[in-house]
Amino acid sequence: MEFFRKVPTIRFMELRRYWYVLSAVVVLGSIALVMFRGLNLTVDFTGGVEMEVGFAQPVDLERARAVLKEAGLEEFQVQNFGTASDLLVRLPPVERGASQALADRVLGALRSLDMGAELRRTEAVGPQVSEELAEQAALAVLMTLLLILVYIALRFRWRFGVGSIVATMHDPIVATGAIALLGIPFDLNVVAALLTILGYSVNDTVVIFDRMRERFLTMRKTEPAQVMNRAINETMSRTIITSGTALSSVIFLAVLGGDTLRGFAVALAIGIVVGSYSSIYVAGAIALDLGASGRDFMPPEKRAEADALP
Amino acid sequence: MQRYPLWKGALLAAMLLVAILLALPNFYGESPALQLSRRDRAVFDAAAVTEFEVLLRGAPIPFEKTYLDDEGRLWIRFGGVADQLKARDLIQGRYEGQFAIATTFASRAPDWLKNLGLEPMSLGLDLRGGIYMVYEVDVQGAVAQLLQRLERDIRKVLRDARVPYEEVTVAGMDTQVQLRDPAQADAAMRALRDYDSSLTITPGTESGELLVQLTQDQVKQRQDFAIQQNMTALSNRVNALGVAEPVVRRQGLNRIAVQLPGIQDASEVVRVLGKVATLEFRLVDTVNSPLEAQRTGRAPLGARLYKERNGNPVLLKRDVIATGEQLIDASFAPSQGEPAVSVKLDSRGGDEMLRTTRENLGRPMAVVFIEKEREQVERDGQKVVIDRSKEEVISIATIRGVFSNNFQITGLSAAEGSELAKLLRAGALAAPVYIVEQRLIGPSTGQDNIDAGVLALTVAAIFLFAFMILYYRVFGLIADIVLISNVIFIVAVLGLFDAALTLPGIAGIVLTVGTAVDANILIYERIREELGVGNSPWAAINAGFDRAFSAIADSNVTMLMSGIVLFLFGSGPVRGFAVTLCIGIATSMFTALIGSRALIHLAYGRRRRIERLAI
Repeated sequence: MEFFRKVPTIRFMELRRYWYVLSAVVVLGSIALVMFRGLNLTVDFTGGVEMEVGFAQPVDLERARAVLKEAGLEEFQVQNFGTASDLLVRLPPVERGASQALADRVLGALRSLDMGAELRRTEAVGPQVSEELAEQAALAVLMTLLLILVYIALRFRWRFGVGSIVATMHDPIVATGAIALLGIPFDLNVVAALLTILGYSVNDTVVIFDRMRERFLTMRKTEPAQVMNRAINETMSRTIITSGTALSSVIFLAVLGGDTLRGFAVALAIGIVVGSYSSIYVAGAIALDLGASGRDFMPPEKRAEADALP
Repeated sequence: MQRYPLWKGALLAAMLLVAILLALPNFYGESPALQLSRRDRAVFDAAAVTEFEVLLRGAPIPFEKTYLDDEGRLWIRFGGVADQLKARDLIQGRYEGQFAIATTFASRAPDWLKNLGLEPMSLGLDLRGGIYMVYEVDVQGAVAQLLQRLERDIRKVLRDARVPYEEVTVAGMDTQVQLRDPAQADAAMRALRDYDSSLTITPGTESGELLVQLTQDQVKQRQDFAIQQNMTALSNRVNALGVAEPVVRRQGLNRIAVQLPGIQDASEVVRVLGKVATLEFRLVDTVNSPLEAQRTGRAPLGARLYKERNGNPVLLKRDVIATGEQLIDASFAPSQGEPAVSVKLDSRGGDEMLRTTRENLGRPMAVVFIEKEREQVERDGQKVVIDRSKEEVISIATIRGVFSNNFQITGLSAAEGSELAKLLRAGALAAPVYIVEQRLIGPSTGQDNIDAGVLALTVAAIFLFAFMILYYRVFGLIADIVLISNVIFIVAVLGLFDAALTLPGIAGIVLTVGTAVDANILIYERIREELGVGNSPWAAINAGFDRAFSAIADSNVTMLMSGIVLFLFGSGPVRGFAVTLCIGIATSMFTALIGSRALIHLAYGRRRRIERLAI
């Protein structure tokens, strides 16, 4: 079986202006979404108490709210989690050392609805810890970006370097925008997914650039845009299969892997799709518009010689 | 015909065999179990094992297996959680308080694997359920306590040296002393130096004013002490909870992380771990008989009945010489080749100690360890706080000289000595601690997480295997074999690193399976291309591997970078993801480049000529 009997001859580069517009709109839209709609931050980053309670039968949210209010609790959020018989209760941060008493009160109140209410999970994070976790997450993203930048700088000449850097920024921004749009709970796992997207995105770009390097060396007389098209077409079936297999894995994870991993898996799925797109239409296209040519892949010594001998 | 070096093939086969062996215990899974340890820390014998078997059979509660581990603890394995809990209640009812009973899981792997020291991977809390707590030690509070004590001591030192003062106040990290007579500044300095030569004492801006400062070392020492003290206290109390494989670990500068697998009652944990410990130094009543007092239940006048750690009764005088609040430091430091615990008290405690030792040379002195538990209960609709305390004599030693605030306790074994030093520190004035992070995962949630993770992994793998065979035929089959061995390698390496498997860790394996095919795909696509250009099968295979190598190596580097950063910055379950991701990348490169080449040679290498490749 083969997807392409012959190497396809799609003229990717000719359409790049439209895709630039699309990318710009999506990136700006993502930034706007994160800024105005905001991320659905979990207690990992806001601090507070989050409890997941399972009931034998579906529970009425209004009644759950009423009993919590009766127990003297304020500023809580109650929603269904997974199924109609699971409740997620979120409470703002409390003073140090008081979270257990609070959790006991919530569970006590909910047990008045149903004696069999079972505590599935509690997460209580103090305000200072959540601040640190947020700081660490931001630092981790920056560190990864920095490492990847260093790697790209060593690996590519500047035209291809700039292209892949822009693509590397593009992907997590779009993924974060999608997370904000879908209201996926933003927790530590999602941060892990974003870092993986960073790695995956560059991975994909590198494979395509690697083929471009090879083709630039063998097709010296051809127009750069043609060479790039050829390289992209040649790696097309690999791109489809690899992103397809990776995508199918994370989709199975999202569907079957349980509620805890859903946000993580969905974020990865978005990242895989966007990463494949950006390798071609962001990284490749920018390199081309910056004037990429075969010279970008020549060993530097040779170019120095050529410059010296007119 | 192409030859593949035999030694390479043999090496690969051997590596795979070792990996299979290492990964094997994981495939047997785990069953609910009870772990019993005797409160008196003695080991179980074969007779005890039989006793429990008879007890369970009589109930009857079905069990799978009983055995003793290396530390003499008794394990009973059950078919299900219901039996496990029934058995726990039965044993608890029958032998009240004699054993610490922990509910846990035991490997179902056969004995020969256990004898080889092979155990299944440990599971993270998100997979087995339990409680994770992070305590923050208030180190500033601890230093403030030290400053308060310094202030008290300075007043006393000056009074004793007959240097009148107007005021001694703590301002920030400084302690200001205002003397009544500026001419006595020298005398005051001398007295304070005698008290503690390491203090920094400088004249203040006004006449007759002195500034006393702790050195950086003293501050740091107090902070470390506060953390150590809480670590010890938490470890001791965690052991009392009866948890299998508890973890108490220092985290960062001033935090302590406690991990309690299999425990569910968070309130109970918070209460037990939140106990307050203190100490009392008392003289031993050598006149009256403790056995008599124990028998009648009445202690003679001026004495109280206590128990030693081994359960022996002992009578102590009612007067307290010094308390834990006055203990500054206790450390295990052998002196003249003999194990010894050196103790340092503050100046008030030192004075009292001096008076007592002068009058009681040659008599025994005891240290009582007291743990107070504060509990809120509802009584007649009102919330009442009750303090319950547990008192235990941890040391009895003969007073061999006259001493004040610095002395040594000798005549113990090295193990006893370090245990005593730990307990003394735990009983010193406690630095305040607070819970800053607390996570609880219910046992059924843990099981649900495992089931969901394993299901996702299985379905993703089956789908992938089917696709690869459909798309690449023989080569796809080879890729599948390579993928399976990749998962085996990941599991084996995880076990070697003693890394705990978490839910994000399983996700890491799923993701690795999804991306590990990339290396194979890069190679196979290349081979197809080379065949398309008209190269001979072997030339295409060799070119495929050689040309795809740079792309594979390059692209894996960036994923590895993300993984490493995640490992460095991530905590808990996320770290589990980073570990599986990094291991997965390494093993997938190894298996795709070396393993699949070997398999291709195995499939095609013997033929003299290959007409067509099934790719």
